[in-house]
Amino acid sequence: MPEPAVEVRGLTVVRGGRPVLAGLDCTVTAGTVTGLLGPSGSGKTTLMRCVVGVQRISAGAVIVLGQPAGTASLRARVGYVTQAPSVYADLSVRDNLRYLSALVGAARNRIDQVLEQVGLTAHAGTLVRNLSGGECSRASLAGALVGDPTLLVLDEPTVGLDPVLRRDLWALFTDLAEQGTTLLVSSHVMDEARRCHRLLLLREGRLIADDTPDAIRVRAGTDDLDEAFLRLIEATPTEPAVAAPASPGPDPEVTRR
Amino acid sequence: MNPRRTLATAGRVLGQLRHDHRTVALLLVVPCVLQALFKYVFERSPGVFDRVGLPMLGVFPVIAMFLVTVVAMVRERTSGTLERLLTTPLAKLDLLLGYALAFGLLALVQSALVSAVALGLLGLTVQAGVGIVLLVAVINALLGMALGLLLSAFAQTEFQAVQFMPAALLPQLLLCGLLTPRDRMASWLHAISNWMPLSYAVDALVRAGHTSAITASLVFDVVVVLASVLAALALGAATLRRRTA
Ligand SMILES: Nc1ncnc2c1ncn2[C@@H]1O[C@H](COP(=O)(O)OP(=O)(O)OP(=O)(O)O)[C@@H](O)[C@H]1O
Ligand SMILES: [Mg+2]
Repeated sequence: MPEPAVEVRGLTVVRGGRPVLAGLDCTVTAGTVTGLLGPSGSGKTTLMRCVVGVQRISAGAVIVLGQPAGTASLRARVGYVTQAPSVYADLSVRDNLRYLSALVGAARNRIDQVLEQVGLTAHAGTLVRNLSGGECSRASLAGALVGDPTLLVLDEPTVGLDPVLRRDLWALFTDLAEQGTTLLVSSHVMDEARRCHRLLLLREGRLIADDTPDAIRVRAGTDDLDEAFLRLIEATPTEPAVAAPASPGPDPEVTRR
Repeated sequence: MNPRRTLATAGRVLGQLRHDHRTVALLLVVPCVLQALFKYVFERSPGVFDRVGLPMLGVFPVIAMFLVTVVAMVRERTSGTLERLLTTPLAKLDLLLGYALAFGLLALVQSALVSAVALGLLGLTVQAGVGIVLLVAVINALLGMALGLLLSAFAQTEFQAVQFMPAALLPQLLLCGLLTPRDRMASWLHAISNWMPLSYAVDALVRAGHTSAITASLVFDVVVVLASVLAALALGAATLRRRTA
């Protein structure tokens, strides 16, 4: 068994006075694409922020590449793409990449390579504020790729992209994993979940599934991943400790279907 | 600290300004026009422009760099670029020095231009030489930058950020000796002005205008402003948190 790229133990995070992650345990195997799924507000972004070391945590431990998350020496080895594109609107795509590559000490020719990988070669000289939404999020993704990180943490990298681009980017993610990069990717699109080696399904800050896509389909008793997720999510009772005060108590949803 | 990352940051900040011609033009032209306005407003009261013109050279960079920095930092905080930067190997000091380098350079160009207009066209004179004026102007620009950086932590939006300008700088402008010499103010106002860095910047410029020698009091004033810059930068750095709630 190879050493996991990310190991999360008993992770508890409180945000806005409310527990957002409640005693989470999970691992991300090195050299795989791990999908992070769950309803909006279930804590995906919060978990990713813990992995890259920018989230204040209340309890537990997050070990990344053998060191506590947020350790200075990890910053050159972990690439993070935030949910909202974080690139400078008043710089060209190339100038954004030039800056980020200088910070991580990447080789000059990496910029052209990543522009090619995210399909922005033709827009290299365009100011980011003149890009479309999808182009902008690809520019943000390119900024993380440029440093050749060992671990890539991508928060909904394919939102708002057309099927062709989504397919190409997922092919890129799989390629990167084959070359040894570890990817943790959050998504809402089940078609993308299918392409992951392993899936983590979050609900209200708790892990309700941690398995391969196939095993999850078998467990839910359906061939359709979308359906499998609905079943798993509705089969899990809401935990009073995590649920908002106003939410109804445990609801045996499964019996209703 | 890492010179490559510091320089890359300074280059990036200047690159952003390069695409913003209007801001750069306003930064360079407006102080020159205001300086000229000052001269002609006080044309019938000789001596006023001679007294106020020189300290004004130190006031422009504070205001300009405060506004530029406070807005730039609020943008970095709200757009997620700061969060991303803090996950890269960039040290906080590199980020601050990068900004200081870029805005210091901009302030140098601005001050050189305004000084050229004031000394060349408007008849202002400096006994201690234009070098000391430029030095104080650049230190003042860094003061504006450091205060902007510090206050940007308390602004959630660009609207709030801009409103910090009158709150943080107008009291200093009123008390720094530009309107009334400080020793002619009520003693409690004088006492307050002693705690304001801009007072020392103005004192330094007034001294530079009067005497050609670099006196100990001139050096003292410059050192006080410089120390204020470092203090504000240190406080500002403390507001750049890698881990947030
Ligand atoms: N800055 C914040 N302060 C307080 N609470 C927050 C903050 N950010 C997020 N939360 C809360 O934490 C919970 C988890 O948020 P998170 O962003 O991790 O969800 P998510 O799974 O990424 O959702 P989405 O799919 O919509 O991006 C939500 O209930 C949210 O309201
Ligand atoms: Mg999210």
